[in-house]
Amino acid sequence: MLAAVAFYAFSAVLIASAAMVVVARNPVHSVLFLILAFFNAAGLMLIAGGEFLAMILVIVYVGAVAVLFLFVVMMLDVDFARMREGFQRYAPVGALVGGVLLVELLFVLGSWRFAPEAPGLRLSPNPGATVGNTEALARILYTDNVLLFQAAGVILLVAMIGAIVLTLRERPGTRRQVIAAQVARAPAETVVLRQVPIGAGLKNIGILRPPPAAEEREALSEPERHGHGGGHH
Amino acid sequence: MDAFLASPVGQVAITVAHSLAILVPLLIAVAYVTWAERKVLAAMQLRKGPNVVGPFGLLQPFADALKAMFKETVIPTGANRVLFMLAPMITVTLALIAWAVIPVADGWAAADINVGVLYLFAISSLGVYGIIIAGWASNSKYAFLGALRSAAQMVSYEVSIGFVIVTVLLWAGSLNLNEIVRAQERVWFFIPLFPMFVVFFISALAETNRAPFDLPEGESELVAGFFVEYSTIGFTLFFLGEYANIVLMSAMTAILFLGGWQPPLHVEPFTWIPGVVWFILKTAFFVFVFIWVRATFPRYRYDQLMRLGWKVFLPLSLFWLVVTAALLKLTGWLPA
Repeated sequence: MLAAVAFYAFSAVLIASAAMVVVARNPVHSVLFLILAFFNAAGLMLIAGGEFLAMILVIVYVGAVAVLFLFVVMMLDVDFARMREGFQRYAPVGALVGGVLLVELLFVLGSWRFAPEAPGLRLSPNPGATVGNTEALARILYTDNVLLFQAAGVILLVAMIGAIVLTLRERPGTRRQVIAAQVARAPAETVVLRQVPIGAGLKNIGILRPPPAAEEREALSEPERHGHGGGHH
Repeated sequence: MDAFLASPVGQVAITVAHSLAILVPLLIAVAYVTWAERKVLAAMQLRKGPNVVGPFGLLQPFADALKAMFKETVIPTGANRVLFMLAPMITVTLALIAWAVIPVADGWAAADINVGVLYLFAISSLGVYGIIIAGWASNSKYAFLGALRSAAQMVSYEVSIGFVIVTVLLWAGSLNLNEIVRAQERVWFFIPLFPMFVVFFISALAETNRAPFDLPEGESELVAGFFVEYSTIGFTLFFLGEYANIVLMSAMTAILFLGGWQPPLHVEPFTWIPGVVWFILKTAFFVFVFIWVRATFPRYRYDQLMRLGWKVFLPLSLFWLVVTAALLKLTGWLPA
């Protein structure tokens, strides 16, 4: 009985929040309702016994994807009045696209033929019933369907590399921190101890930068005589 | 009596009793972690810390909680009122419901579920919502900056925490937390997985927004980051959530790497002490390390924080995952 109460509670909240995702005026509220919908879907999966799927749904969709959604939507500067303005104009187009999709789905549903053993296995997340849902999934994924599983992984990898390639750009003129170079610096390369003769001035001795070459020194010593000693820049 | 316990009402009553048995000690522990933090920080900085309210200042957390609750609640005019009040509740609820699956002794968990580790991982990955919603709903620049920082930070460090957990699962052969602790009967996992142990603990610091990764708060630059606009109950709840998360992460480290309720050696003097005491001792040790780190390290720069997560911890944990899998496969130690 508890399971039935939980099922109807989760289902009702799921449908209501899914409707609110579309209806809510504030996009941030929409994303938050989407998160609520994900949660209730996870709850339904738990009731059906699909504990692994429920947890993965929360970890991947709620914990990572929706955070990035929220992140982006919060940064948008949305003018709600202008958004509502367009509603009248775009509503027929939206309805048309939705209608076409609905008809297509109905076609698919009408011509669908189930495998003979499928109805018996419906809503049974661990077909053997001897192991948990996690292990049952693993036994299917890593044995019979391992190639499909690997292919899915490769496709995701390609998509990831594509996203990185599209957004990566070398900005010229920025000084990047190279931590390895910083850590590798030793005092011997950077610190020079010098004995400064009294009244010799700093520039000719080369404190604060390496001593200049002989011809350079000639050029440098010219303004030095006019009393510009000390400062370097 | 048995008939009552089997009925739906009885089931609900049992669940409530289980929850209270976990939550009441937890909340008292959280109160004393705040006290312990002030005392430990004081000792490390050659001060006395709270010492006026009660003996050794032991009643200080309760005095603070009462004071915070009876102050005036201020909600900024531009704030989104519903979300503004919702954010601290989310934070505290998430910090508390994670404890449902923590085994404090052999088999002592409110819910001994098969996917306990995944549940913990899922709950800790939700922690970012309390912060990001608080930052947005406050309608304040500092709060929003704090929220953006924490969103990026927590999502980044979750990735390496995930790989560390997978490495532990390879050794344990189960997603059930009780089974993971039982798998450490002979050797605690921090010995074969020492680098992962370090990565996990540092990521736990980042995940709980603790020093040296407390950029979302950043008192000295963002004044208090995401909760700058909160006062009284909201502030108290964020505070409670932060410390409950610290205790949770410490408990997770103890369970995954330090053998949970297992004694260090299964010989006489150690086996006299009950498992729950070992669990509390180990958790308390990690809570102490959390505080110790705060007293020791300055705050990270933001780009270095991101670099550490993505360019150091992620490759390291991936590498160690592959090494562990290969080792277990080649030696035949893979648990059945």
